[in-house]
Amino acid sequence: MKKKDTGLQPPYGFETRSIHAGATPDPYTGARSTPIYQTTAYVFDDVEHASDLFNLQTFGFIYSRLNNPTVSVLEERIASLENGRACVCASSGHAAQFLVFFTIMEPGDHFIASSNLYGGSITQFGESFRRLGWNCTFVNPQNPDNFKKALTPKTKAVFIEILANPGGIVVDVEPIAAIAHEAGIPLIVDNTLATPFLCQPIKWGADIVVHSTTKFLSGHGNSMGGALVESGKFNWNQNDKFPTMTSPDTAYHGLNFYETFGDFGFCMKARAVALRDFGPSMSPVNAFMTISGIETLPIRMLRHVENATVIAEFLESHKSVEWVSYAGLKSSPYNTLARKYLPQGPGSVFTFGVKGGYDGGVRLVENVKLFSHLANIGDTRSLILHPASTTHRQLSDEQRINAGTEPDVIRLSVGLETANDLITDLDQALDSLK
Amino acid sequence: MASKRPHSLFYPDEMILNILQKVRTIAMVGASPNWVRPSNFVMKYLQQKGYQVIPVNPGYAGKEILGETVYSSLSEVPQTFQMVDIFRNSIAAKEIVGQTIPLIDEKKIQVVWMQLGVRNASACMEGELAGLEIVMDRCPKIEYGRLFGELSWGGINSGIISSKRRRLRI
Ligand SMILES: Cc1ncc(COP(=O)(O)O)c(C=O)c1O
Repeated sequence: MKKKDTGLQPPYGFETRSIHAGATPDPYTGARSTPIYQTTAYVFDDVEHASDLFNLQTFGFIYSRLNNPTVSVLEERIASLENGRACVCASSGHAAQFLVFFTIMEPGDHFIASSNLYGGSITQFGESFRRLGWNCTFVNPQNPDNFKKALTPKTKAVFIEILANPGGIVVDVEPIAAIAHEAGIPLIVDNTLATPFLCQPIKWGADIVVHSTTKFLSGHGNSMGGALVESGKFNWNQNDKFPTMTSPDTAYHGLNFYETFGDFGFCMKARAVALRDFGPSMSPVNAFMTISGIETLPIRMLRHVENATVIAEFLESHKSVEWVSYAGLKSSPYNTLARKYLPQGPGSVFTFGVKGGYDGGVRLVENVKLFSHLANIGDTRSLILHPASTTHRQLSDEQRINAGTEPDVIRLSVGLETANDLITDLDQALDSLK
Repeated sequence: MASKRPHSLFYPDEMILNILQKVRTIAMVGASPNWVRPSNFVMKYLQQKGYQVIPVNPGYAGKEILGETVYSSLSEVPQTFQMVDIFRNSIAAKEIVGQTIPLIDEKKIQVVWMQLGVRNASACMEGELAGLEIVMDRCPKIEYGRLFGELSWGGINSGIISSKRRRLRI
């Protein structure tokens, strides 16, 4: 008998899995593309079948708040691409983050997050989670020791973005994973900006990966969504920090999720409790759009990186630009980390500083004709934002500087148009600043 | 205690499928009458998929679990069974393999299956030398669900890529 240690790494290549993982032909009709199962509920065979389903004794569908055949295809696909064990999708990236923390935390618990995060996550953690009794300490991720110093007996997780929004910053995951594991807690990595095509955080020690699928995974700016992936490697039983996973669940007649479901127990719990009771499920149509988007993820990401590189180089040489922060540039202090963690390129979201400060930024975003002025990233279309006058407008100058959104900062999400057209557009808009 | 789960063992899909196809009757050592215990979940699921599951548990001998009479040991089971499913810890697994080997011919046993988290390298070697197929650290319910598409309904990575319609049952 052949036996070798391979873990869960499937034998198929990334491109093949982007198209096929989770999506065998429909067993009844043979439909090759994944059908949109636009249904809220599913019939039971008999009362025994119904009770088995409600008690999680068998696999199946009950009600689309919990799972749906179209959404499950997307979940399995994302799990496969991240080399994870299982995945749960949610209505948005923020909803997925909520499901993760609800499954780990009790009121009074604590977690540590990188201070280089999407602004919305800083607010979610620092304000709304705090009201639930989940306390977050933000630390500068550039020195991994900062995570160690912030550990308390109540700390239940560490959260980082490996490639951070607004951009240009790469976080050194490996030593941070080591600190989390030494403390017996999971490392959660937001992989939205990189996507599993550019980086697979589980390989570097992540135990849970979260996504806003709204961005590059769906990729066409048309579908909100989120996902959480578990590696299947974290031992929830190594200490007494995770009673939600390892003690009997009263909502399920005393079921112990980790013992019963093992390496996919976290996802089972996130679905059967957090998703069931709070309800932020993904719609089947959004799942279908995201499944279709992911089929072209590898070629899209290559072109996103190619266009971003050309544009970052153009901006770096432009006289109306003060600085460019793109980790793909040799001048970036994050270039070495980018080569290690993102060898095919550090995505296409980055920032630069425009001459003329706040007013220069306003004029630039008002004068572009091809870039779209809006608050999103990860679209086929190129996007531009001046945080100081929009998303970060309500903050004080000091808060804006801490958030890395000084008055002159412009954020780009470079899309898939002809690179020269994008350069021409930025060039004419920058000329208007003179 | 280790912070990581141990590396998973690799069993080819064809091997697992072959076992699930040729086995019809399973003796489950450590079967529990408590319906929230994992062994009870697995027994019920396997029954629904058409297997006969015979519970072995000395604490409940003579009573019934899910309609089947419980026996105190493998040798007490009055009929043949092609597989032993071990719902006991890794140390006990050694003893159970030891009890299985002398019964191979009489009970027509071909496979010993150890549940998730149960591994015993020396029991595995002993069993294989005696001609048994051994699976460790796996669950037959999860493997059945994985190979026939049901596990995917829970967003779990089945590792299966295919351009053919999936069969839903053996
Ligand atoms: C890195 C990152 N994480 C999470 C989110 C939140 O995702 P959503 O908007 O889908 O809730 C975003 C959205 O901008 C993001 O950029």
